[in-house]
Amino acid sequence: MSARATFATARRVLWQIRRDPRTIALLLIVPAGLLVLLYFIFDGQEATFQKIGAPLCGLFPFIVMFLITSIAMLRERTTGTLERLMTMPLGKADVLFGYGIGFGLLAALQAVVICSVGFVALGLDSPHGAWLVGLLAIGNATLGMALGLLASAFARTEFQAVQFMPAFIFPQLLLCGLFVARDSMAPALEGASYALPLTYAYDALARATEPGPLGGGFTADVLVVVGVTIAALGLGALTLRRRTT
Amino acid sequence: MAQPPPPAEAAIAIRDLDVIRGDNHVLHGVSLEVPRGKITGLLGPSGCGKSTLMRSIVGVQIVAGGEIEVLGVAAGAPELRPRVGYVTQAPSVYGDLSVAENLRYFGALFGVGEERIAATVETVGLGGLEGRIAGTLSGGQRSRGSLATALLNEPEALILDEPTVGLDPVLRAELWSTFDRLAGGGVTLLVSSHVMDEASECDELLLMRDGALLRQTTPEALRTETGEQDLGKAFLAIIEASEREA
Repeated sequence: MSARATFATARRVLWQIRRDPRTIALLLIVPAGLLVLLYFIFDGQEATFQKIGAPLCGLFPFIVMFLITSIAMLRERTTGTLERLMTMPLGKADVLFGYGIGFGLLAALQAVVICSVGFVALGLDSPHGAWLVGLLAIGNATLGMALGLLASAFARTEFQAVQFMPAFIFPQLLLCGLFVARDSMAPALEGASYALPLTYAYDALARATEPGPLGGGFTADVLVVVGVTIAALGLGALTLRRRTT
Repeated sequence: MAQPPPPAEAAIAIRDLDVIRGDNHVLHGVSLEVPRGKITGLLGPSGCGKSTLMRSIVGVQIVAGGEIEVLGVAAGAPELRPRVGYVTQAPSVYGDLSVAENLRYFGALFGVGEERIAATVETVGLGGLEGRIAGTLSGGQRSRGSLATALLNEPEALILDEPTVGLDPVLRAELWSTFDRLAGGGVTLLVSSHVMDEASECDELLLMRDGALLRQTTPEALRTETGEQDLGKAFLAIIEASEREA
């Protein structure tokens, strides 16, 4: 691994995004726009908007990063650029961290936009500080990136990669506790929710946006998210093979 | 050529290479040598295993058996990565980046500066197109962009998979004279083609069919052996002879 190759890769993925203003708009405007939509859907129901909108500020970057990373990495795999990179003096870690840094910066920007809209413009409460939600958002974005990278190995086409959203992300969103408290779900579903990484991402956000002490549960949540991210990056690295059939 | 170079001098030496993809035995028992500082043409019909052989040489192909040595080291060794340039058949550049951005990225991986990038752009005849988005280039321009990324760091050996496909005759001639110039400077080139009339541009020939090497020869030797002046007809004669043997 070399810093030069890592930063060159990060710069390159940002150059690619820059060439695509619509993607930038989608990245920065859509999550904030959806939050505004939610604000008006829960018109006058401040408590409900707080309960759903505040954690959502930290979950959107997860979803978006999963999507763009899985497509971007799939393109690298299918257009031959990855094979070519694998014949060049560049480590797998350079690819992984290059993507991580490049898209991580985007995620940070996205987190700033959505947190500003949510916590400043729309009046969401952040008893532990909006910065904490922002940090969690960046962590969740990294988780989304790591899972997206891994998912890209299991898709042959962009059509398939997009299908990972409903197949892989939606169930996690439904089961994480955002819409219905997990302890009021059917026991089997509650049990399943413990196996899904987004459950812990949401739980940390819920604790960070509710009054009262964060508690040991918050630390445990963050550790799980970090652990799953590292594991997914490790598995993702295994799918970046120099030799293929 | 006075005498064939001794084996230790070969840039690429392959012994009994077998590649199996699923149920498909793509390469069987291929043994060959690619001399240093020369242009070696890898010729054969589409689907005969040329690309698989090249992928094996650059170390991205899982092989079932055999040995491949490149520049004195086992194929795929990390130390070969800066020393061997590889151009895939489909142009592998980032379609959403400009020519200059593509070259700047690959250049950064090799630690190559702007001057060298500008020189490489001229070498492949893309001068004036640096600002164009690679995805908007014509097929021929894009494949030259792809070639440029492999030339950036002046590798000792170049593995080029059908680099002249889709190029007009003028560009094709220019590219071959570039290859000549590189070989003159000591670079080893292995160039594949399914168009037999490019064989006359090569110093050495590797004739492949159905995953096997039919001949390692030279254009003159092939003409002498078959009595055909046209290298395409000469190749056909070799194929017919090998089928009679089988």
